[in-house]
Amino acid sequence: MYRYDEFDHAFVNDRVAQFRDQVARRLSGELAEDAFKPLRLMNGVYLQLHAYMLRVAIPYGTLNSRQLRMLAHIARKYDRGYGHFTTRQNIQFNWPALSEIPDALADLASVEMHAIQTSGNCIRNVTADHFAGAAADEVADPRPYAEILRQWSSVHPEFSYLPRKFKIAVTGAERDRAAIQVHDIGLHLKKNDKGETGFAVYVGGGQGRTPMIAKKIRDFLPEEDLLSYTTAIVRVYNLHGRRDNKYKARIKILVHETGAEELARQVEVEFAELKNTELKLPDADIQAITSYFAPPALEPRAEGWANLAQWKKADSDFARWVHQNVQPHKHPDYGMVTISLKPIGGIPGDATDEQMEAVADIAEEYAFDEIRVSHEQNLILPHVALADLEPIYRALVATGLATANAGLITDIIACPGLDYCALANARSIPVAQEISNRFASADRQAEIGELKIKISGCINACGHHHVGHIGLLGVEKKGEELYQITLGGSGDENTSIGEIIGRGFEPEKVTDAIEVIVDTYLGLRLDQSENFLAAYRRVGPQPFKHALYGNAAAAA
Amino acid sequence: MTDKVLTANRLSDGISVWLDAAGTWNTSLQEAFVARHKEAVEALEATGKQAFADNKVVDVNVVDVEEVDGVLRPLRMRERIRAGGPTIPYAAGYAGLNATRSVVA
Ligand code: HEM
Ligand code: SF4
Repeated sequence: MYRYDEFDHAFVNDRVAQFRDQVARRLSGELAEDAFKPLRLMNGVYLQLHAYMLRVAIPYGTLNSRQLRMLAHIARKYDRGYGHFTTRQNIQFNWPALSEIPDALADLASVEMHAIQTSGNCIRNVTADHFAGAAADEVADPRPYAEILRQWSSVHPEFSYLPRKFKIAVTGAERDRAAIQVHDIGLHLKKNDKGETGFAVYVGGGQGRTPMIAKKIRDFLPEEDLLSYTTAIVRVYNLHGRRDNKYKARIKILVHETGAEELARQVEVEFAELKNTELKLPDADIQAITSYFAPPALEPRAEGWANLAQWKKADSDFARWVHQNVQPHKHPDYGMVTISLKPIGGIPGDATDEQMEAVADIAEEYAFDEIRVSHEQNLILPHVALADLEPIYRALVATGLATANAGLITDIIACPGLDYCALANARSIPVAQEISNRFASADRQAEIGELKIKISGCINACGHHHVGHIGLLGVEKKGEELYQITLGGSGDENTSIGEIIGRGFEPEKVTDAIEVIVDTYLGLRLDQSENFLAAYRRVGPQPFKHALYGNAAAAA
Repeated sequence: MTDKVLTANRLSDGISVWLDAAGTWNTSLQEAFVARHKEAVEALEATGKQAFADNKVVDVNVVDVEEVDGVLRPLRMRERIRAGGPTIPYAAGYAGLNATRSVVA
């Protein structure tokens, strides 16, 4: 993975020192809240319902064991013993004292981590496919490009005060696991007919109160033009984005109002100016960054095949876990392991300090010291020999992290919602927990198959509900919580925004409603190979409306 | 008039607090001073403004409460959760809210 150079170290340490001084002046009363608030936000510190919240960046979701242990240490020392992994591949701590945050940031800096640009109207943490560098279906590793973008965008003077926040995601495979079409810029890394590397460029996607699917404005952008073209896009946005209205300030609105074609034309004009400047990426630079992401030396471990067969036969729980949570690696003797942070009835995305330590130990011993955070709020061990799966599974069982539900109905994404979030209208976590408990049976989950439920506690859509196969949005109605259900959303290479199915459900009725939807699907699918999303796309909303609301609604 | 209390988050650690009758910021809603008429509410507002200006607390608000069997209960769910803590057992040993009595339901 990328290692800080001297400049990076000095820069991050300076920022910690600067923030320490700002916090001291705030606590002494020298700085008023109005002056301090933007400063704390620039360092990832929010104020939530119960306490401050610290959001720490995990660039493209990649961590080593040392870093994960540091996150455990932060949870233990400055928080209440846990952290929340988010849909943006970051981690949030829910209880740090402002007076101690500078110390926490200094500790993080010692392992090359920080909280810079995790808030504010700047270019945020660049996200990438969590299986990057390992997936069997990958064309090229997206992380070197994500790292190049990270370096370019870090404290970029021109882009530190954009009309609104700006999110970039990169995938290196046809199968999009980074939800690039719901980002401000989505980059699909690919090769052209001549074998050259470049990107399909999508712009103007987003969730929030106005969900939009990004428009493709370039089929193939040569890799050397990555920064000049991205700069051109952000420059056009910076000039013309709607600064007059916070709710219309994202680039998606600009793309929508301007039209993708006209916007692409404006970008091309800027790009022509920038193309042959110092923003052009020399091959040597790309190679240099890429070398940081060289895959580990994977020895042949062919014995794993026989071992695996034997272990599976001996232990059906293990077999189920392998089937659900291990996916094919580029190397046939290896797999990619999803460590589910969705125990039945648990809090999606939360991990205790002990669990983080345990995963760090496992990664160090068996998985080349590498851990990823997925936007689905799970952890990933990207390189694992099949021959090591059994001991890894035992270690995960011991720490309560061996739930075999990756991609199933209990692998629910949920934002913090009204249990923590100052912007929330309704709770998300208890809803996720109740659904998880209702569908706890492993056999039932397997029967239902792939089904993504995503829950947000307000229209900001941090829980990705717009792209859930089943999405739940918490709203407040007459002082009570109510959950609106959307169906048919998807955040992959065939992105779609879910459709509102009808009136919302009270907290005590929402799990029943989910069950009705699931049973309706089971009743109408062609066979087990037709998953929920495919079935929904085939039959549309009517059968589900009918099942939920009866004939009158279905006819409407 | 709806009963009201004054709430905020402590500057130094962000923890939710309520103004009590002794004029101190208390971590328990149940200790809060309840304003039952206009003048008392105005006094709360003035105290809140001053505490904010003195850099003791942030996010100062007057919120509606009702008293049920001697227990203060904010009218809005958001404020009930602020008072009771997350409604979920988030860490080993966490008992949730006030452990013995729920103010959320
Ligand atoms: C202090 C807590 C949080 C606050 C104040 C917050 C605020 C917001 C706001 C205001 C938006 C809407 C932006 C827009 O539409 O322009 C948003 C979107 C989003 N947030 Fe959060 N959020 C919080 C926590 C989280 C968490 C925990 C996650 C991940 C689980 C997350 C991930 C996202 C994502 C993925 C989006 C939608 C993508 C987009 O920007 O279009 N946020 N957030
Ligand atoms: S979706 Fe709303 S409730 Fe959930 S974390 Fe985002 S801002 Fe908070």
